[in-house]
Amino acid sequence: MAITLDVNGKQLTVEATDDTPLLWVLRDELGLTGTKYGCGVAQCGACTVLADGAPIRSCLTPVSALGAAKITTIEGLGGEHPLQEAWVALDVPQCGYCQSGQIMSAAALLAQSPKPTDAEIDGAMAGNICRCGAYQRIHAAIKAASGQTPAAAPQTDA
Amino acid sequence: MNALFPRRAANTGEGLSRRQLIITATAVGGALMVGCSPTDLLAAGAESETGPFGAFVKIAPDGAVTLVCKHIEFGQGSHAGLAAIVAEELDADWSKVGWEHAPANAKLYANGALGAQLTGGSTAINNSWEQLRKAGAAARAMLVQAAANRWGVAAAEISVKDSVVSHAASGQSADFAALLADAAKVTPPAEPVLKDPALFTLIGTDRVRRKDSLAKSTGQTRFTMDVQADNLLVAMVAHPPRFGAKVASFDAAAARAVAGVVEVYEIPTGVAVVADNTWAAKQGRDALSVTWDESKAETRSSADIAARFRDLADGSAALEKGEEWQGFETKGDVSGQPGGQALEVAYDFPYLAHAAMEPMNCVAQVEGNKARLTFASQAPTLDQLNVAKILANLPGAIEIETLPAGGSFGRRANFQSDFVVECVQIARKVGGNRPVKLIWTREDDMAAGYYRPLVHHRVRVTTDADGYPSAWTHRIVTQSIMKGAPFGGGGVDETAVEGAKGSPYLAATPHVDAQLLTPDIGVPVLWWRSVGATHTAYVMEHTIDQLARRAGQDPVAYRRALYEKAGAKRHLAVLDLAVKKSGWGTPAPEGWTRGVAVHESFGSVVAQVAEVKMENGEPKVGRVVTAIDCGTAISPDQIAAQMEGGTCYGLSATLYGQVTLTEGRVDQTNFDTYRVLRHGEAPQVETHIVPQPAGTHPTGVGEPGTPVIGPAVANALLALTGEAITAQPFVRV
Repeated sequence: MAITLDVNGKQLTVEATDDTPLLWVLRDELGLTGTKYGCGVAQCGACTVLADGAPIRSCLTPVSALGAAKITTIEGLGGEHPLQEAWVALDVPQCGYCQSGQIMSAAALLAQSPKPTDAEIDGAMAGNICRCGAYQRIHAAIKAASGQTPAAAPQTDA
Repeated sequence: MNALFPRRAANTGEGLSRRQLIITATAVGGALMVGCSPTDLLAAGAESETGPFGAFVKIAPDGAVTLVCKHIEFGQGSHAGLAAIVAEELDADWSKVGWEHAPANAKLYANGALGAQLTGGSTAINNSWEQLRKAGAAARAMLVQAAANRWGVAAAEISVKDSVVSHAASGQSADFAALLADAAKVTPPAEPVLKDPALFTLIGTDRVRRKDSLAKSTGQTRFTMDVQADNLLVAMVAHPPRFGAKVASFDAAAARAVAGVVEVYEIPTGVAVVADNTWAAKQGRDALSVTWDESKAETRSSADIAARFRDLADGSAALEKGEEWQGFETKGDVSGQPGGQALEVAYDFPYLAHAAMEPMNCVAQVEGNKARLTFASQAPTLDQLNVAKILANLPGAIEIETLPAGGSFGRRANFQSDFVVECVQIARKVGGNRPVKLIWTREDDMAAGYYRPLVHHRVRVTTDADGYPSAWTHRIVTQSIMKGAPFGGGGVDETAVEGAKGSPYLAATPHVDAQLLTPDIGVPVLWWRSVGATHTAYVMEHTIDQLARRAGQDPVAYRRALYEKAGAKRHLAVLDLAVKKSGWGTPAPEGWTRGVAVHESFGSVVAQVAEVKMENGEPKVGRVVTAIDCGTAISPDQIAAQMEGGTCYGLSATLYGQVTLTEGRVDQTNFDTYRVLRHGEAPQVETHIVPQPAGTHPTGVGEPGTPVIGPAVANALLALTGEAITAQPFVRV
């Protein structure tokens, strides 16, 4: 069936069965491959996108359930979002596969809480797994992007 | 990781080389080419022409420099360190240096430590150091000679800085772009003159940063999962529920009825559904009805396997045919050594899944005996050999475009190329050069085996009057990883004993009897980030703390004494640095307890001091002070990143990681049952690098940060509770 979605500010019509998860419509039909498949059961957060600003797991959200919700994917963040700039400044990504989802979860957090506490960050990011273990830099980048100096520990000295 | 394809020349007459030559020749279709080197054979059928600056350096018309990177980028940031080695010798402007993955070609791009094109064993920087210094220096010499010819001056009077070639006396200068055409005609020097390492200006500085962070922060990096093409098909496969089972029969009617499903095929590993898109492939796969032949399947439970390993180690179970103990460190006579009551401890380690964020996948297109693969190939040579065997082609003729991987941790370097071969089997059925993307779901990935093996250790240590080990008896029972190698077998599997073998504690002990037993189990196993050290580091380091405690000594002082006896200077240096930076010996912050561990792996030595407390019934790890000796530090920032990430990977396994089997079926299916470390559980890792003399050979950093955190945490908990922890994971879901 034909389904119209509001993705990154554009009205897009796709052909998909109504049980198709948003993730596969974004990736296979719209070519927006920045949003990743990691688990398919809303356990890892790699597929996180925003629906009207709230983080959702696109792997479990049927495309027919979105209605007129404004969907934002990593491609819609623009590339110069403070989080993306902090991510680059701190060289957060390792393999990078989970980072779209990490950044989208963090974007939703900052929209709700512009200067989140450590506990708020821990809570908001608990659903996003990073097997490379870049958590420390993810945490520091969220602090930096929200204008808070990351916790003081030096990362390295030679 | 052992050498897979030993570097010895084929005509030296050494037994292993001869055997290796024959097997390789068989693999490439029976053409026995006496006198060829193994990598020549492995590259048979490949195009091996390179550009004017050789296999590793490209210079574009605008002067931009590209490192042709023979190692896959899967998180460790090695592309940056490798590019920096070239840029340093070339005196290139670092902002104009990029990188790309090399094509599959063992002749040009073999890993010097492993004898095949393969990324693993934390060898990327280590094995490329001299090769890339020479590549950069040769390109520099060609540019300098071109300028000397053009200006009519002596090459020795010319300098290069930030991609600009200059002659101070005449005031002339030109950038790489202006000299490119002339430089390309200069004969490369046979032995390029390398820089004095004391004059390095890039290596070791904070300017050596990753080149891929922007693409990875904007969703633009193209992973295998992201490969698209107009006529691309997506495949998913129904795999058997037990290892070793086969398809008996299947009914594909319901699968074929799913809109978008194109075809259903039986392949050697199961039943494949091919569809127009991913969701259709999954719906189709899930609709299959398959009956499995489990007559040759592994049906034991992991608890039964672990119990037998324990019984074998303590001698209460008899050896079966083909099983034999193999000594890996033996000296003196452990029997009848006095020393009072011995410390006797047995340790259990479960199977572990790699669980990389990007599940295994591959894109293949096949026509006749030709294949082109587009995917994250960690071991292009192995993948070429395995695919060539199916298609009856030469390995070098199998084209591979390597993409970055969403993690691997060892999983993508597989002797059987399991998921690659599966994809090629499907693409072969599809034919017509049509690209097929095989996607494994998380459940497929987690249940597919190739785990870190289940391991049991049994240790008995008697001590002298001062409390130091006088006799050390050690038994390890585990599956062999290297038995799966194309021509492995025979001798001790080093991947099972590394870290126990070679331990400074054994060097400091007068009487040692250490043996390995590797029973055959029908569960596929593989290397898993830091391999043998995942368990040996834990056993050695936690045992040492128990011995220190019995001797009434501080764990740091006790280690120092043993390192001094063993002459382990690098261990002493990292320990001293970690002690100094962590405040060991001063009170820990209120509520926290410190633990220390030290381990050498992949040529590097790491010490960690971890601060631990119990929180809601589970261990919580806070500050982790890390000291590493990895030779010359090329990118301090990425060394720190690897210590941070490696520590998380090791801590995740220590606290939560386990794959169990019930009557042969894998119990864990996804991240809801295979618990991994999450954001709020991650420690704060500080990294301190032991300074080295200029020019010291660099060693590994991708894996050495993984095995140390487990024993450091266990030792903190030992200090807190007085109890040793003899089984992983610490927390059972």
